[in-house]
Amino acid sequence: MCRLALKTANRPFSPYEVLTAMEAMQEGYDGSGLGLLLRGMEFEDFKYNPKFPILSGIAHTEKGWHQMTSFMEDRGYELKYDHRFSMHPELIEANDRYRYFVRAYRMPERFRGIAKEKQEAELLKTRLALRKIGEENNDLSVFSFWPDVAMIKEVGWPLQIGDALCLHDGQIKSRVCMAQGRQNTNYGINLYACHPFFIQGISTMTNGENTAFVPIKEWLLGKNITGYMGYQSDSEVFAHILHYTLKKLKLPLAAYKHIITPLSTSELNSHPQGDFLKGLRDACKRLVIDGPNAVIGTLPDETCLLVMDQKKLRPATVGGKKGMWAIASEICGVDAMIPDRDPSLDFQPMREHTVIVPPDRKELLIWSQHDQLPLPLAA
Amino acid sequence: MVSTRSAAVTPGSLTYTDFPWIIEHREDRCTLCGQCTAVCPKEAIRLSHMRQRLPKLDVMGKKRGSDYRTFTGIRQQTDMAHACIGCGMCSMVCPNDAITPVPGTNENRTTFFDNQKGEPRKRGGRRNVSGPTLLDRIVFDRISMLTDPALDAGRHEFTITTTLGRILSPEDYLDRKINGGWIPATREIFPFVIGSMSFGALSPNMWLGLLQGVAYCNEVLGIPVVMCTGEGGCPPWVLKSPYLKYIILQIASGYFGWDEIIRAIPDMQCDPAAIEIKYGQGAKPGDGGLLMWYKVSKLIARLRGVPEGVDLPSPPVHQTLYSIEESVMKMIQTLSMAFGHKVPIYPKISASTSAKSVLNNLVRNPYAAGLMIDGIDGGTGAAYNVSMDATGHPIASCVRECYLDLAAQGKQNEIPIFAAGGIGKNGNVAQNGMALIMLGASGVHIGKYIMQATAGCLGNEKNRCNVCNIGICPKGITSQNAKLYRRLDPDLVAERVADTFMSISTEVKKIMAPLGRSQSLPIGMSDALGIADKAAADRLQIKYVC
Repeated sequence: MCRLALKTANRPFSPYEVLTAMEAMQEGYDGSGLGLLLRGMEFEDFKYNPKFPILSGIAHTEKGWHQMTSFMEDRGYELKYDHRFSMHPELIEANDRYRYFVRAYRMPERFRGIAKEKQEAELLKTRLALRKIGEENNDLSVFSFWPDVAMIKEVGWPLQIGDALCLHDGQIKSRVCMAQGRQNTNYGINLYACHPFFIQGISTMTNGENTAFVPIKEWLLGKNITGYMGYQSDSEVFAHILHYTLKKLKLPLAAYKHIITPLSTSELNSHPQGDFLKGLRDACKRLVIDGPNAVIGTLPDETCLLVMDQKKLRPATVGGKKGMWAIASEICGVDAMIPDRDPSLDFQPMREHTVIVPPDRKELLIWSQHDQLPLPLAA
Repeated sequence: MVSTRSAAVTPGSLTYTDFPWIIEHREDRCTLCGQCTAVCPKEAIRLSHMRQRLPKLDVMGKKRGSDYRTFTGIRQQTDMAHACIGCGMCSMVCPNDAITPVPGTNENRTTFFDNQKGEPRKRGGRRNVSGPTLLDRIVFDRISMLTDPALDAGRHEFTITTTLGRILSPEDYLDRKINGGWIPATREIFPFVIGSMSFGALSPNMWLGLLQGVAYCNEVLGIPVVMCTGEGGCPPWVLKSPYLKYIILQIASGYFGWDEIIRAIPDMQCDPAAIEIKYGQGAKPGDGGLLMWYKVSKLIARLRGVPEGVDLPSPPVHQTLYSIEESVMKMIQTLSMAFGHKVPIYPKISASTSAKSVLNNLVRNPYAAGLMIDGIDGGTGAAYNVSMDATGHPIASCVRECYLDLAAQGKQNEIPIFAAGGIGKNGNVAQNGMALIMLGASGVHIGKYIMQATAGCLGNEKNRCNVCNIGICPKGITSQNAKLYRRLDPDLVAERVADTFMSISTEVKKIMAPLGRSQSLPIGMSDALGIADKAAADRLQIKYVC
């Protein structure tokens, strides 16, 4: 089973802090991979403008690298910053890594001043086009292309990868950092299969197995929504369901839990919005995840969340203090990230809970599915 | 002595060893109580006087001679009308185990004479093909074990209901919720539905037993079972009762019983579970319903608005409709309107190559609430033997194809597909049903299995019994003759209905738990399926395992 760690803080911190939490939980995984998502970026050698989209990934060959750089130029992106990792390549197991990249671009002239949705669609299309280019010769992997977000994925022990990329050198910091240890092992090793998963600023990671993967995948694929593809991992669908809930259905975040783990009919019969939620459950029935999973995610506004499957068959704890919160599979992970918190205030969500760390990070919000849904149309 | 010349040897003369079932009678155990001959629905055996020579030898007197004894024994009739059907009622009533039918091992010579009076054989039951079906051979092989723990079927909570009724896409649902649009009616039901067996096909006692059992399942056990009436209406007291909500009313091409139903609408206490429009049946695709005159009793005649004792064939198609568009659009919309758009309306068709075109038509009809597909192994109360044995399409590939077609459009959530035809044929009802569900069905209909499990129907796929059509059901399940159906106690049938659905429910959990599924029925979870048949695996797009 994977181990997950997320830290969110008002003051940017090094991703290495989260990797130490992964190390604390090392007994829970097999060192087969690391996925890192950073949000709220700060670079030591560059004053980053959070409007610039950041492209992150791995060029496996020089050819792939040039293809990528020329594609971005042709599409009209102006390179503003190209982060150089101080590398220890000998610590990386794979030997086909030409360059890890985190590059900030200025949006092409033609996208300035147009609707935000169109800009977002362009960013997604660009990432997918690059992914396609990379898949042709297997020489380029692009994990994200979005303002204020960088992703790193690699095969190996998390701490070792951190050392290989010198993530402890303080060159990169972020306000939110998500890490997952372990490659996806249910379906072939593939860098894209490594958690967290990302689409248009929305990202989730999961421990456990999604037993309803195939029906959900078939349904999402059938919707023909740009970006709903890949599915090298059984939990990639969680990110897409969250995206679908927020961006396509335009429902509040509280609805996510109702979609992936709806309440039973008898529970809904006594719910203030039971009628609406029963209809929503029917309409979204193919998105019921069945678990066992703990899903941890972040949103573009730096909101962080944690939800459990309906049977609560996976562990996860959240703890922290004002301005700084951590979510991890195990308490030792939370301890490693925020040792000076009051541990008596740690919270382990039950099946009906959604734990939210709002962007202000003042206090934890706990939503119960039995509560009124903050939704005017449902009333 | 009778001379050989005067014995009646006609082209149709057969000995009892030519018959598919041969009565074995042990004279040494028989007390001649006559119960077997009284109970035999076909009068295949009769008591007859026989004469036996007793040799008399007087050794001392060096004289020989014969003595004779006359006694009563049991003889099997050898004409087609009285052919034994192997039901075994004789052995059931025999106090001394003196009699039983055994399957004839001789080639079945009666086949040539099944067309008595120029009429090909008609019978009830199912296709006479025995052995494991394709569904029996499907295994569930995606077991959560090491990567994730399997669930505990006995301890965890499971949701094993399915949705009957059209489900809107999430976008449409929210749009209509905001703008006050119509939300189609849905029902949360148990995925194993008692399939359409009409009030004419079944005896009043059987029907009452089923209804009582279904009500008990819903109201006491909390298993939301529904049952379909089949064509032929529904007793008026049921239409006006609160039990109507457990009943799917069927309308077929003969429209039998619909006058009563329409007239009862104002008096209905609740809405029916759904309306099923029957266009076809898996046992006899392209054929209409048939209630033979033997079964059109006074009660049935009244219910259906017809004279007593006449054959009631339904046409093969709905005579008022010329096209699929009309069938789907006009009929479904009309019925939906008649019930105030509060009742799911869906069509039932035979599995065939045209199922996909029907489905695609339904997808575009906002009032269509589902599609019920009945496969070649489905049962019937009466049909021509040749239709049952040789016409139709198996259910598994038909359902799978339809599901994948919906999946490609991202609409598999919207039109639920129900499947029928041979589910539980060999007793594996939960396994067969769940295999179909994982192939893409939202639920299954079971008919013959229910008759077998709840009332001890004697029919099997080795040409046993099969007399549902002529109203002489030895168990009283499909008879309208009070002397016969009084054999069946409705209370005991109801008890068996409850037993059956409780055990199906447990078995379904035992299938879902190892797969790690508990919160929703694993509809379309094809990654859980494997079969040791490469061609079938490719066709169904499931794993080939061996």
